[in-house]
Amino acid sequence: MTRDAIKSTFPVLFGYIPLGMAFGMLFQNLGYPWYLATLMAFFVYAGTAQFMIIGLLAAGVGLTEIAISTFLINSRHIFYGISMLNHYGDWGLRKVYLAFGLTDETYSLVTTIDPKDAAKKKQQYFLITALNHSYWVISCTIGAVIGSSFSINTQGMEFTLTALFVVLLIEQWKKIKNLLPFMIAAFSVAVALYLFSEQMLLVSIALSVTLLIANNLIKKSR
Amino acid sequence: MSNTEYILTVILVMTIATFSTRIMPFLFFHGRGNHPIMSYIAKYTPPMIMSILVVYTLKDVNFSNEIGLYTVLAVVATIAIHVWKGNPLVSIFTGTFLYMFLIQM
Repeated sequence: MTRDAIKSTFPVLFGYIPLGMAFGMLFQNLGYPWYLATLMAFFVYAGTAQFMIIGLLAAGVGLTEIAISTFLINSRHIFYGISMLNHYGDWGLRKVYLAFGLTDETYSLVTTIDPKDAAKKKQQYFLITALNHSYWVISCTIGAVIGSSFSINTQGMEFTLTALFVVLLIEQWKKIKNLLPFMIAAFSVAVALYLFSEQMLLVSIALSVTLLIANNLIKKSR
Repeated sequence: MSNTEYILTVILVMTIATFSTRIMPFLFFHGRGNHPIMSYIAKYTPPMIMSILVVYTLKDVNFSNEIGLYTVLAVVATIAIHVWKGNPLVSIFTGTFLYMFLIQM
């Protein structure tokens, strides 16, 4: 069981290596010491926001703008926690940490892997969250330490995350066997890509959850 | 503010902003996980978000050049191997190695 949890995180490791390293290199290019990249990876732990901040720092944007744009870019996570309400147990440091580490990749794993045994489940959720977190911190650090002085050929490795989401999508289909969520997602993605290509992720998630709730209300009122 | 103080403040601000988005559902909906609408959302958001994340990772691929072709081939291979073998790690790594091979060729 523990081995299953560890194995399930391997694709995330391979996906985070090129992404984290790319972040570390860009961050180091701004002239900051490497350990600040480590600090940011550890505490902020949000890939999209970290790439965004590189652009904002270079442009010298103020703290208020940084706070607002970080919040907005990550606000999709508000919808992630809802799926884990019944699974992350009672309040405590453990739950706070699991919530802190609920990234896109961790969410994908913990919502697909559904252990039946309650005690094992707690342990697995923690392991998945902590491993993914450490992969990210280590990758960002390596990138910042080696900088652009040395390059290994990781070109194309980022495809691991696409493959991970494709496989978990198939696993979700096997679990759900209902076309509705997939149709709602396809429609929302099309609208978001067409109207708000820059904020496609947030817009499509917000729109699809809204449509899902609307569908549920219509069904009930019938 | 020195440059180091500034970047430390930026990290603090970003940490609070990110963490608040992740803790919010647990604070707002604490104890309401069994409410029918909540369990409905909890059940159907993972397939929706997985679909969206697939598109998100592919949205900057230019499908009119060879990279687009390699991407399509690797995605199709990943799906085929997964439907055939049903082993997530095998499907993910075969798909990725195929993509890396094609793109670095």
